[in-house]
Amino acid sequence: MTPLAPLEAHTFEAAGEPFAYLPSGAVFQLPRSAQLALDLLREGALDQQELLEGLIARGISAGEAEETVEEMRGARLIGGEDAAPAMEEQPVTPFPLQTLVLNLTNQCNLSCQYCYEFGEDRVATPEGKPKFMDWETAQASVDYLFVQAAGRRAVSITFFGGETLMNFRLLERVVEYAKVRAAEGGQYVDFSLTTNGTLLTPEIIEFLANENIGVTVSLDGPPELNDKLRVFANGRGSYGVIAPKVRALLARHTTRPIAARVTLTAEVTDVLGIFKHLKHDLGFTEVGFAPVTTSSNRLYSIGPQGLDRVLEQFRFLAEEYRDHALRNETHGFSNVSDTLTEIHQGVNKSHPCGAGLGLVGIGPSGDIAPCHRFVDSDAHALGHVSTGIDTARQADFLHRGHINRKYDCHTCFARPLCAGGCHHEAFVRYGDTGHPNLHYCDWIRDWTALCLRIYGEIAARNPAFLNHF
Amino acid sequence: MRRLRPVNRKARQIDDHIAATQGDIVGLQQGGPQPRPHIPMGCSLVFMPGWEVDAAGGTAGLCQPVERDLYDCYVTCFWPAQVPDHLNNYPDWTAKCATATKDWRNIDLVFP
Repeated sequence: MTPLAPLEAHTFEAAGEPFAYLPSGAVFQLPRSAQLALDLLREGALDQQELLEGLIARGISAGEAEETVEEMRGARLIGGEDAAPAMEEQPVTPFPLQTLVLNLTNQCNLSCQYCYEFGEDRVATPEGKPKFMDWETAQASVDYLFVQAAGRRAVSITFFGGETLMNFRLLERVVEYAKVRAAEGGQYVDFSLTTNGTLLTPEIIEFLANENIGVTVSLDGPPELNDKLRVFANGRGSYGVIAPKVRALLARHTTRPIAARVTLTAEVTDVLGIFKHLKHDLGFTEVGFAPVTTSSNRLYSIGPQGLDRVLEQFRFLAEEYRDHALRNETHGFSNVSDTLTEIHQGVNKSHPCGAGLGLVGIGPSGDIAPCHRFVDSDAHALGHVSTGIDTARQADFLHRGHINRKYDCHTCFARPLCAGGCHHEAFVRYGDTGHPNLHYCDWIRDWTALCLRIYGEIAARNPAFLNHF
Repeated sequence: MRRLRPVNRKARQIDDHIAATQGDIVGLQQGGPQPRPHIPMGCSLVFMPGWEVDAAGGTAGLCQPVERDLYDCYVTCFWPAQVPDHLNNYPDWTAKCATATKDWRNIDLVFP
């Protein structure tokens, strides 16, 4: 009989209970019999009969031992040579589009040094291209979305920039037009936008609230932190302009959670202070953090020690989040809620995100890019709204970014969630969108382990809370 | 699963998948855990002539004629297009069979 051995699994403990997280994305709570079986097999391979006898010798009843072993084999916690190899799963083709990111302009009224669109590590080549999207391009983009999204009940349009609100008139027209198009096909269209907040006016806020448009504000915390890098062209900090406008937005726009999105840089790592300010002083519903995307030699790049500091504070907030969850309260640290959502679904990603697959970015010129971060980059364009996507280029992009091609990831337990990390970050760091982001592997593993523990604790002590995800 | 506890949705999908591939094939009995010991419907214990075989593994030595295998299909519409079918062509096939255990000899062969 084929000898059995433990298969790849990340085992962890939460609320005093043992759990296993598998490459399939599944989370199982393990009974004592399963733990004993794993212990026995770690000492050496056994065939099924020997394993059953070993379990019975340790006080497990014959019936329980047999059921445990069968279930562990089925879940692929243990297996023999006959355990089926992992399947290569290419995305379904054609893959209907779900999300369109419209970069309404590539212009911005701020001059944040770290900006991936204008900063030192930019991939965009906007020379000679339109600075603002015109109506014909926007209309063609919306048409493109609805043709490509045939069969989907709901689609999303996200407005982006540059600074999105520098082209607010176009945004209004797109919303109006897309709603008509959606109604024609019996579909639902959701809108959201990202803005730096400097151009919000009462009229715009009214529109966003009335149209139920999701809003994310890029903001790096209280003035002494935000104004280090988020500055106007003359070097003046932007916080003083943003804060009153954000307060007005939060007071009026209550139909959807308004999120703050923080970029962490070398000198901006006070996660706790930033969270407290944005959540409690300004009143954002959610606050999310991401380390700046940059090559490692920039002064504002966060080094390993900075990332450790960040993780330490993330841990504190994650535990706060858990305590809130156990009391059925919302907390607002969106990094945790985003990760818990994916853990609860049990995602097992072929690609780190939907870029070039269910999501594309469209620049002011009408060029189609894998996502908003690649907009206006000739090297990464996948096509044009007038002619559609170049399937060969798209296939090349997706082939590069597929987890099966990222050999470094194949022994990592966090790969179902990470899948090698952001295509754009990989390009900035390694010059290849398909390169795994090896510079933050340890960080991602620590973060994933932390979120799994939080997930397990909520699953053990207040499982009903997981219905939110 | 009775031992491992599937916690997230993927784990529950795997659980469903295992149940679907490993459980007995049970006609007309869907949903919920299968009771053990499992007595399949159609077993001669419950007098539903149908799926049993004789001691030699064939049908020649059964205590009932083989055409009676159709009885179960007829009564329950188990097959999509059983012959005889009671909807269109043989509505009265069991007219003389009020109680299957007593009257089964009254059911005739059918030659479509």
